[in-house]
Amino acid sequence: MPSTAQILDWLTIAKPYIIMGLVVAVWPLVSGYIVLMERKVMADMQVRLGPMRVGPHGLLQPIADALKLLIKEDIIPARVDKWVFWFAPVIPVLTALTAFAVLPFSQRYFVAELNVGVIFILAMTSIGVLGIMLGGWASNSSYPLLGALRSTAQLVSYEVAMGFAVVAAVMVAGSLDMVNIVKHQQASGVWFIFYQPIGFFIYLVAAMAETNRAPFDMPEAESELVAGFMTEYSGFRWALYFLAEYSNIFVVCSIATTLFFGGWLRPFPNVAWLNFLDWAPAVMLVGVGAGCLYLAGKQLSAANKIGMGVLGAAIIAVGLAFGVPMVIDYVSGPFWFLFKVAVMIYMFMWARFTFPRYRYDQLMQLGWKWMIPLGMANLLVTGVLILVKMQYWSAK
Amino acid sequence: MATTLVSQHAHLEPAAGGLLTLSLGPQHPSTHGVLRLMLEMDGENVVSIKPEIGFLHTGIEKSAESKTYHQVITLTDRIDYLCPMTNNLAFVLATEKLLALEPPPRAMYLRILLNELTRLNSHLVWLGTHALDLGAVTMMLYCFREREEILKLFEAVSGQRMMTSYFRVGGVSIEPPLPFYERAKRFLGYFPDRVDEYETLLTKNRIWLDRTKGIAAMSAKDAIAWGVSGPTLRASGVALDLRKTNPYAGYDKFEFDVPTRTEGDVYARYLVRVAEMRESVKIAKQALEGMPEGPVKANAPHIVMPDRERMKTEMEALIYHFKIVTEGFRVPAGEVFQAIESPRGIMGYYIVSDGTSHPMRMHVRTPSFVNLQALPKMCEGRLISDLVACIGSIDIVLGEIDR
Repeated sequence: MPSTAQILDWLTIAKPYIIMGLVVAVWPLVSGYIVLMERKVMADMQVRLGPMRVGPHGLLQPIADALKLLIKEDIIPARVDKWVFWFAPVIPVLTALTAFAVLPFSQRYFVAELNVGVIFILAMTSIGVLGIMLGGWASNSSYPLLGALRSTAQLVSYEVAMGFAVVAAVMVAGSLDMVNIVKHQQASGVWFIFYQPIGFFIYLVAAMAETNRAPFDMPEAESELVAGFMTEYSGFRWALYFLAEYSNIFVVCSIATTLFFGGWLRPFPNVAWLNFLDWAPAVMLVGVGAGCLYLAGKQLSAANKIGMGVLGAAIIAVGLAFGVPMVIDYVSGPFWFLFKVAVMIYMFMWARFTFPRYRYDQLMQLGWKWMIPLGMANLLVTGVLILVKMQYWSAK
Repeated sequence: MATTLVSQHAHLEPAAGGLLTLSLGPQHPSTHGVLRLMLEMDGENVVSIKPEIGFLHTGIEKSAESKTYHQVITLTDRIDYLCPMTNNLAFVLATEKLLALEPPPRAMYLRILLNELTRLNSHLVWLGTHALDLGAVTMMLYCFREREEILKLFEAVSGQRMMTSYFRVGGVSIEPPLPFYERAKRFLGYFPDRVDEYETLLTKNRIWLDRTKGIAAMSAKDAIAWGVSGPTLRASGVALDLRKTNPYAGYDKFEFDVPTRTEGDVYARYLVRVAEMRESVKIAKQALEGMPEGPVKANAPHIVMPDRERMKTEMEALIYHFKIVTEGFRVPAGEVFQAIESPRGIMGYYIVSDGTSHPMRMHVRTPSFVNLQALPKMCEGRLISDLVACIGSIDIVLGEIDR
């Protein structure tokens, strides 16, 4: 019979593997629900309802979609480079999921605390573009080729701007370690966005371009290139690209949260009289659950009524569990982290449904003539200010 | 077999000089139907454009020769599915000219009211799809929200949302139900606010300006030389609007301006069409307010279908009904050309009658067909994204091009 200490020991060793397993197993489902969220947000902005048929309020739509994509015929066009075509969609998924390894969901939950975490993520997202390039090239078709070319040029340009923004934030933090960056924010009591508003702006724009999101969705601009690099893909392989896209969005939003919004910290982590904010997860979940129960009464079919009711009850139960003082400590970190990421993702969606699309050369112009010089200037000012602070402030 | 196919479509062979041949269409999200553009591309630059049409050929002009004049009205809807009423009007006016028949004033006002609603309908679809082509997805749904109300108004008068066939030789089909007027008035009341809403999203949007300003510009001289008409011409600075210059169907009784711009680029076309929407609201409001009382059909029993009630109580009405339905009405021999200002430009019907109840020949001068010719002129040497913006801005309807 192992002792309690032994079990705890094992758990500490097993923790990264458990988190890894959870991410790989649960993430496809979660990204499916991000897609549902996107469709609902889009519908809300466009005076419509969005998916409503599968399950109550379309809540089972992602599962139906995934199932459909899985059982579709696997089409490999006749004149493609078969092996590259086969492997290309795997690359971006692989790299995106690898990047998850250094995301600190809270000070407890992360797979690896890497002292070059930020660089690791940037490296991984850069490799991801290889999948797009290869996919476009291997398809042996005009539209995918053009899409891949655009994608390559775009990612190379915006990587630089993004790098400048990230470096500025890292300079303020004084660390490349994702966990430490958050801890520095806790220590200074201020989110880095207040030190680096321009840096955040550059990061946001570059991240939208990096993840091929509108208004920078050139590589898959449907009105020009049909579906860009994905034109020849269908079924499961297409779904992999889709998964990679949403994983990338999650990753870049997580970096933004970590670098600029204090990661897993709740707002004003050091202000004692705001401690009631620790109850926010519980209150919010109970509120959502109550909303579900209210909507359950409005469902037309009995199955939907029961489904919505059970969902509401489950959410309320989880919310109440989150209200237990002992549990709060464990859940508030991941809650705030995911909440901030969700807000960021919402901003991405908002931009997508509001702005027209840039033209390819204008995008390059914006990147090279505005974003990169701005990033450099921001870096310079940040450096000078830090120097001044070190020289005169701490000398006293 | 394969060799003959290739020789028929010689342009499908790989382009020379390291250029990439790209077949944009016939199934492509932004060719607005089944237009096919054979592009020769140097990277992202379009070197040459060859529009290929005919994928939507319906043979309407030929079919018209075997139909009576009343039956042809239903064909004209299908030439341009976005502006059925203006098509109806052009054909009906041409026939009335041959017959020397004058519709009653109420019918004229109704026609103008519905014509302007049709123009709004068509411009809304244009704005929505044009914005969609440039990546502004939400505009589409906003425009379709308002279009829905217009389609409901169409349904109220004709029972159909799109293929209305509401106009008749000598008037319109029936008196609209009373709530129609109230509903139209309410719609025209709030519609200008909705146009403001569209404009807040686009008119001063930095990305929209970048994508449309200075793109695919066409000078007034070129536009006239290529026979371009409609908003595309007016954006180049030529104030040619048949409603003003050659008034038809009573447009001379209405107060409105003809918006023009001088730049001739995609942005100018956008501004002209948006301004036109506001003018259309003005005209439609005047038509609603000045709507005279009276019948909606001319008093010409051998041409105009009798009302249902009269048909059931009067012998003559029944006889006329039978004759019109079975053999149509005879139209004096002669030929006529009647052009109107459709939302896309000058839409003209040329009808030759040999004195029977069928047109001997009908030809339709469609604006999209002529406007499309100017596409290579506007876009060669530009980027493929500009080409997409330009196709959207000249507002083509493929049914009308191929007819």
